[in-house]
Amino acid sequence: MNIESIDNLTEKTLNIRKNIIRMITQAQSGHPGGSLSAVEILTYLYFKEMNIDPSNSKNPKRDRFVLSKGHAAPVLYAALAERGFFSADELLTLRKINSRLQGHPDMKGIPGVDMSTGSLGQGLSAAAGMALAGKIDGSDYRVFALLGDGELEEGQIWEAAMFAAHYKLNNLTIFIDFNGLQIDGLISEVLSPLPIPEKWRAFGWNVLEIDGHDLEEIHSAVQSAKGVLDKPTAIIATTIKGKCIRKMENAAEWHGKAPSISECEEFLFELSRGGI
Amino acid sequence: MAKATREAYGEALEKMGGLCSNIVVLDADLSKSTKTCVFAKSYPERFFNVGIAEQNLAGVAAGLAAAGKIPFISTFAMFASGRAYEQIRNSICYPKLNVKIAATHAGLTVGEDGASHQSIEDISLMRSIPNMTVLVPADETETCQAIQFAAEYDGPVYIRLGRMAVPDLFTEEYRFEHGKAVCLMEGTDATIVATGIMVHIAKEAAEKLQAEGFGVRVLNIHTIKPIDKDAIVKAAEQTGAIVTCEEHSIIGGLSSAVAEVLVENFPVPMERVGVRDTFGESGIPKELLKKYGLTVDDVVLAVKKVIARKA
Repeated sequence: MNIESIDNLTEKTLNIRKNIIRMITQAQSGHPGGSLSAVEILTYLYFKEMNIDPSNSKNPKRDRFVLSKGHAAPVLYAALAERGFFSADELLTLRKINSRLQGHPDMKGIPGVDMSTGSLGQGLSAAAGMALAGKIDGSDYRVFALLGDGELEEGQIWEAAMFAAHYKLNNLTIFIDFNGLQIDGLISEVLSPLPIPEKWRAFGWNVLEIDGHDLEEIHSAVQSAKGVLDKPTAIIATTIKGKCIRKMENAAEWHGKAPSISECEEFLFELSRGGI
Repeated sequence: MAKATREAYGEALEKMGGLCSNIVVLDADLSKSTKTCVFAKSYPERFFNVGIAEQNLAGVAAGLAAAGKIPFISTFAMFASGRAYEQIRNSICYPKLNVKIAATHAGLTVGEDGASHQSIEDISLMRSIPNMTVLVPADETETCQAIQFAAEYDGPVYIRLGRMAVPDLFTEEYRFEHGKAVCLMEGTDATIVATGIMVHIAKEAAEKLQAEGFGVRVLNIHTIKPIDKDAIVKAAEQTGAIVTCEEHSIIGGLSSAVAEVLVENFPVPMERVGVRDTFGESGIPKELLKKYGLTVDDVVLAVKKVIARKA
């Protein structure tokens, strides 16, 4: 990617981070930590990689994205609003009665959401189904999914992992948001899914390991996955939960907690200053 | 003629596969038992075995439907409705995706495999999920038409099918109408409301009662959800007593669905023939139906009891 592209995307990541903080503050509930850790990944997909069109959000030939870690809905909504699927004003209705922006993504309600998720472990199967449909139709769309590292504790993930490798779904690329934390603490202490890359390799996947906040590394990994002809790709993205907000970084207590109004102002100021 | 509804499903699915290229079929290592093997043989490029992984079976189907396919997924009723319950709820029904869950080997008549494989809760589980349609066909002809309906209907459908052969009830002229009860016999002393393999047993019971001078109406409920409220209320008004018959727990299944309609509209005395809140066991289907109170004689007794309760 050229420097101009990276600068443009970096600007988007800042807007998306600010909107995540604003919407969760307004809702007074939601999941900031795991939303902030995935900002660069979604920014890259929605602004650089995916073949999507906000004016034709159901186009059968579009690329698809499944947020398997559905509690990170704020990062998805902020990215969709930034990309023009709906107005950014609507973000402030998150989790409120009569809003389209449910606590976890509801594909019936919101343009641009390709799958309803929220119950962990289910999104990868749906993404694999979409990839399989593409193979059956000989369509060249690609399917992306974002999984949490704690989510790898769900058994269904490994059923789907076997399935995608068995049917050689090379049109499926997943990111694992490897921020090392889940609600009750460190993933290594709660119920370790480590080592992660070795597991996916053993399940027959092409595995790449990157810094999940480095847009250049995300770009290289996604492009390299396209050259793999007989395997799905798992990109293990090392990230920082709560990225760019000092108080939130690497803090499990910010998994599912909303900032107060004054904290919101403090965090937005910190983001404007260029973060940590 | 007698044929198991799973056999009829296998043949109907293969036929629908030829008419609609969007139909894809997934099975969880039971294709020879569920009879999806018939479709697999004719359309191998649209058949996918997911292995022994029912949660992924439901999830992959959701993704296929989200991308425009019409997936039929099959395994035993126990594992479809039980193991994959939450995937069916959250990945299929919540987004109202066009997935057809054709679950075989329902009820006690799985037989020798025993309680671990005898699903007597599936109607209850499936009908309580918003957006779900629940079908329980009673014979070969009705199964074929129910499968055709499911393929053409846009939304999630659960179809409950049996392992054991059941006698023919309908001829080729029969037309399946979604959500409409089928009246098999007329009468004014009581109404038997039955579903699935219990329909022919209910009919036999009504014939026996007729010989003893009782006029008993028999309603076949092939669509448990949405249930035919009008036919049930009319039966209560005109016959004054209801007996439900199902190869399912008396908790949450047909009897509960019928009772819900009656209490809100026209309460009348009601008796229930079904599995009385207990697990099954190994045995041949005939022995199991006898031991768990699902025979013609059990239905006859229930009808006499309910008639005696009429004011």
